[in-house]
Amino acid sequence: MAGSNPNAKPMSLTLKVWRQKNRDTAGQMVTYPVKNVSPDMSFLEMLDVLNDDLEVRNEEPIAFDHDCREGICGACSLFINGRAHGPERGTTTCQLHMRHFKDGDTITIEPWRAAAFPVHKDLVVDRSAFDRIQQAGGYISVNTGGVPDANEIPIPKTVADKAFDAATCIQCGACVAACKNASAMLFVSAKVSQLALLPQGKTERKTRVENMVAQMDIEGFGACTNTGACAAECPVGISLENINKLRREFIVAKATSENIA
Amino acid sequence: MILDSKIPEGPVAEKWDKHKFNVKLVNPANKRKYDIIVVGTGLAGASAAATLGELGYNVKAFCFQDSPRRAHSIAAQGGINAAKNYQNDGDSVFRLFYDTVKGGDYRSREANVYRLAQVSVNIIDQCVAQGVPFARDYGGLLANRSFGGAQVSRTFYARGQTGQQLLLGAYSALNRQVAYGKVKVFPRTEMLDLVMVDGKARGIVVRNLITGKIESHSAHAVILATGGYGNVFFLSTNAMGSNATAAWRAYKKGALFANPCFTQIHPTCIPVSGEYQSKLTLMSESLRNDGRVWVPKTVEMAQRLRKGEITVNDIAEADRDYYLERKYPAFGNLVPRDVASRNAKLVCDEGRGVGSSGLAVYLDFADAIKREGQAAIAAKYGNLFEMYAKITDENPYEKPMRIYPAVHYTMGGLWVDYNLMTTVPGLYAAGECNFSDHGANRLGASALMQGLADGYFVIPYTIGDYLAKMPYDKVPTDHPAFREAEQAVIDKNNQLLAIQGTRTVDSFHKELGLIMWEHCGMARNEEGLRFAKQEIRRVREAFWRDVKVTGVGEELNQTLERANRVADFIELAELMVDDAQSRKESCGGHFREESQTPENEALRDDENYAYVAAWEFTGVGNEPRLHREDLEFENVKLTQRSYK
Amino acid sequence: MSWFTKTFSSTMGRKIIMSITGLFLCSFLVVHLIGNLQLFYDDGGAAFNLYSYFMANNIVIRIMEIVLLLGFLFHIYDAIVLTRKNKAARPIEYAEVRPQENSTWSSRNMGLLGTVILVFLIIHLWNFFVPARFGGLEGVVIEGAEYENLYVRVVESFQIWWYVLIYVLAMVALAYHLIHGFQSGFQTLGLDHKKYTPFIQMFGYAFSVIVCLGFAIIPLYFFFLY
Repeated sequence: MAGSNPNAKPMSLTLKVWRQKNRDTAGQMVTYPVKNVSPDMSFLEMLDVLNDDLEVRNEEPIAFDHDCREGICGACSLFINGRAHGPERGTTTCQLHMRHFKDGDTITIEPWRAAAFPVHKDLVVDRSAFDRIQQAGGYISVNTGGVPDANEIPIPKTVADKAFDAATCIQCGACVAACKNASAMLFVSAKVSQLALLPQGKTERKTRVENMVAQMDIEGFGACTNTGACAAECPVGISLENINKLRREFIVAKATSENIA
Repeated sequence: MILDSKIPEGPVAEKWDKHKFNVKLVNPANKRKYDIIVVGTGLAGASAAATLGELGYNVKAFCFQDSPRRAHSIAAQGGINAAKNYQNDGDSVFRLFYDTVKGGDYRSREANVYRLAQVSVNIIDQCVAQGVPFARDYGGLLANRSFGGAQVSRTFYARGQTGQQLLLGAYSALNRQVAYGKVKVFPRTEMLDLVMVDGKARGIVVRNLITGKIESHSAHAVILATGGYGNVFFLSTNAMGSNATAAWRAYKKGALFANPCFTQIHPTCIPVSGEYQSKLTLMSESLRNDGRVWVPKTVEMAQRLRKGEITVNDIAEADRDYYLERKYPAFGNLVPRDVASRNAKLVCDEGRGVGSSGLAVYLDFADAIKREGQAAIAAKYGNLFEMYAKITDENPYEKPMRIYPAVHYTMGGLWVDYNLMTTVPGLYAAGECNFSDHGANRLGASALMQGLADGYFVIPYTIGDYLAKMPYDKVPTDHPAFREAEQAVIDKNNQLLAIQGTRTVDSFHKELGLIMWEHCGMARNEEGLRFAKQEIRRVREAFWRDVKVTGVGEELNQTLERANRVADFIELAELMVDDAQSRKESCGGHFREESQTPENEALRDDENYAYVAAWEFTGVGNEPRLHREDLEFENVKLTQRSYK
Repeated sequence: MSWFTKTFSSTMGRKIIMSITGLFLCSFLVVHLIGNLQLFYDDGGAAFNLYSYFMANNIVIRIMEIVLLLGFLFHIYDAIVLTRKNKAARPIEYAEVRPQENSTWSSRNMGLLGTVILVFLIIHLWNFFVPARFGGLEGVVIEGAEYENLYVRVVESFQIWWYVLIYVLAMVALAYHLIHGFQSGFQTLGLDHKKYTPFIQMFGYAFSVIVCLGFAIIPLYFFFLY
C-alpha cells in the first residue's frame, strides 16, 4: 500500500527527546536517530516506529499521551522544535505530518512545561488542573430531566456561533505550554465565555467566573501579559476575544456580586 | 441458563412508561447508602455517573484517559438523532423506531429501540439546557440535517464535532457532581477485573496507570460504559486506547457477550496510506449529503488512474460510475452504512478502485460546489475538508476526496436485559459496550443518541429497581473475593512481563487486525472464518510465548497497558469469528457470502436466525456456549431491506 | 482578606492594577511632554523655569505627584509580584523555544523594558527632580522674581554625549514598552470591541512613537543644536 505521495523519499531524522522516569526524578534530553520516516506518517506514527525499535532493542519506549489521533480528544501534547504541537498552525501533534520536516532534520521534543502540569513520565504530563478548574464552576446547574423543550430557548445564530467558537477548546493545554508565563487564561476564558454567552448560563455567570478564576490561581498558572502566543498556537483557533470577555465577566462579577468572602 | 430479557408487557408505546411505574424506587434518603461504580466516562458513562450523583447515590467514575473529557465519544462528528419533528417533515417517535429497527436489519429488540426513540427527544432538551451549542438557524431555533438510512431531517449537530459538544455537556454535569462530592473521578485508572461476591457484581480491580498499583473498589452495583471493541482490527476509527478489556473480563466472569460479529464498517474514511498507519480517520457520513460517490466505469481506466497516467479530471462525466445513485435511486448516496461500505468493496474488488493502492473510491463535491458555491460547502464541511487536506495533502475543493470503508463501531457487546443489566446481577452495560439497540447495523447519528439515552434516562431508573432489593452493607476491599481478583491481575501482569520474547505487542495486534479484516470484515465466508479461527489461535499462542513487554508493573508502562488489551482482543477475536461462523445468514454489517440475493444484497434468514446470539465463556481455548434470545417483531414487518 | 484585597491580589486583579496604573502613567507622560516643550521657547529658559516653579508649588500638582508616585509604586510592585509568580509557573524552562513565531518581542519583554525604564527613571530623578525639589540649583531672576534655574541644568546635562545616549536608549525602551503596554492595558480591562480595538491599537502605536520621539528629541536638540 502506498500513500497519496508514492514518490516521496523516506527521511532520516535525529530526535532529541526529554526522558524522565517519574515525577520525582530529574530528566534529561536523550538523542535518538530515526530512519525510514515516510513523509505521509503522522508525527506520532514516527514516534511509534521509534518506540517499536526501542522495544526490540529492550530499551524502554518513550511515553507520550495520545488517544483519538484525529485532533479532537486533546490528549497529545508535545512541544516540538520550540513550538506547542510543532510548526504547523492550527494543528495538533497527532495531525502533524512528517512532510513538514526535511531529511536530516534534528527535532527537539519536550513535554508541556508548567508547574501546574507536572511531568508523570517522559512526555506525559498531569493536566488534571484543567479538570479542577471546571469542577469549580464550568457547568450549568441543571439536573437530568425537568428541562424546557429545546426550542423554548431561542438563541440568535450569531451568539450561538460565538459560544460554539469558544466551545471548540479541546483542553490540550497548548495555550499554557506556549505562554511564557504558563498562563491558563485562554483555556479558562473559552470555558467561561461559552457559558456566559448563552442564555442558559447567565444565571450563574458571576459565581462561575469568580470560582474558576480563583481555582486557576490555586493551580499555580501564571498571569496573562497579552502576548497572544496562546491563541497563535491554539490548534483549534480559540480567539483572544475570549480572554477579554473573561476579564469583563470577572470585573463585573467582582464589582457587583454579593459574594464578600 | 435461560435468557430473560424482562421486556414489560403491553403495547410497545406504553412499555417504558409502565415499567417506570412498576420499578421499585429507592427512598431519597437511602440513596446515599448505595455506592455505584461507573467504568468509562464517555457519553454513556459520564451521563450515567452525573445523573446518579444528582439522584443522591455515591458514584465512583473511572477512565483510563487523563480526563473524562477525552473518552472517545469526543470524536463523533456528524450528529445525534431525535424524533423532534422540528422540520415538520413527518418524523415521529414511531418513525425513528421503525427506521432504527429496519436499519439494524431486524436484529434488535423492538422494546429497547422504541424506548430509545421515545427518550431521544428528552436528550436534546437536556443537552440544550446544559449549554451544548447545537447548530441553529437564523431565527435562533435548532437546525437539523439528514443522515444515512433516513428520509427525514432529524439529526441535530454541532458543526463537525457533535460528539465533543455532547460529551462536554455530560462532562460538565459530571464536574458539577464532583464539586458536590457526589461523584469521585479516577482518571488514568483502568479496570482489569470484575469482583463478584455471592454471585453479584460488587466491585472492580483497577490499575493506577501512573503508579502501576493494583487497587480495589467496592460498590453495590457496577456499570460498564467502556465503549466498543473495534480495535480488534488494529486499524479502526476508534481511539488508540479504546479497548474491550473491561467488558471482556466481565465476560470471563460470567456476563454473556451478544452478537460479537456485528461490526460496522464505516463507508467514508480516509484510505490507508502505509504500513506504519496507526489509525484510520473517519470523515463524517454527513458528507454523503452533498458528495457523490463514484469510480471509473472501466477497470482499464482505473488502472491508468492508479499508475498516474491520467488524473481524475481526465475522466469524462460519461466514464464515471456513480454506482450508489445507479443501484439505489431512492436513497442514492444516502444508503445505510453497511450498504455503502459493501458496494465500495465490490467496486474495488472488481478492480475499479482509485488511489495508488486501488483501495479507495471518490467522494466528489464538484456538483455541490457548483450548485451552492464553495462558501456554502465550506460552512457545512469546512473542518472536515481541512482535516482531509492535513492528512492527505490534497485539496478536496479541487480534487474529489478518496475514501474507503473502515471499522468504526461494534453493534455487539455485553448482553443486557431491558433494564440494561447483564447476566451478572448488579452488572450493567451502557452505550456501545452493550448490544442492545442497533441490531446488525447502526444508523448514523444513533450512537450518541443511545449512549446518552442509556446514561441519562434508562439506567438511573432501572438501577434503582435492583438496589432497592439490596442490603446497604458494603463489602470491604479486603474481602477474599477482592484479594483473589487482585492477585489474579497481578499474576497476569507479571506473566506478561516475564515472557520477554522477541516481538512487540503492536506486531501481534497488527497481525490479528489483518486476519480479522480479511476474514471477518466486510464479507465473511465459511472457509475464511475457519481459517481465521486457526490463525487467531496461532497468534494467541505466539503472543503468550513471544511477546516482549518492557519495563515493570509498578510504574507508568504503556506497553503493559497495551499488552493486556491486546491479549483480550485476541480472545475476543476468536469469539467474533465463532459468532460469524454460527450465523449463516447475512444481516446488516454481517455479510455472509453464502447468503446473498442475486443482486448481491445481504439475504437474511429470519426463520432460522431472528435471534440474539449470546455467548457464555467456558474457558480460554474452549468452545463458548451459545444462548439464544429469540426476537419477536410485533410492530415492524420484517421485509428484505430495500433502499432502491 | 476582604473581597477587595482578595480581588486585587489575584493574578487578574493585579493585572488590572498594572493596567490602570500603566494607562495613568501614560497620561502623565503627555503632561510631562507638554511641559517639556517649554524648553524649545527661545527665551533663555524663562518659560521653562516658570513652568518648573509652577509644578513644584501648585497644590493640585503636589497632590497629583503623590498619586503619580503611588502609580509608579503599584505598577512596579505588581510587576515584581507577577513576574515572580510567572517564573514560578514554569520552573523548568524549555530546551528550545521559538516564541518569535507566536508573539512580538516587546510583549514578551515588558519586565526587561520596565527595568530599563526604572533605572533611567532613577537617573532622571536624581539629576533633575531631586535638585529641583530639594535644592541645589542656581538661581535666576525672571521678571524681577527669583527662581531656580532648572533650564541651565537641562542644557548642561545634555551636552554630555553618554547622558544623551542614555536618554535616547531609555526612550526607545519606553516606546517598546508602550507599544505593547498601551493596547494591552485596554485588553486587560476587557475593553475590546470589533469596532474600537483597531483604533485603540493604532492610537497606542502612534502614541508610543510620538511621545517617546518627543522626549528623545530634547536631549538630541540640546546636544546638536544648542
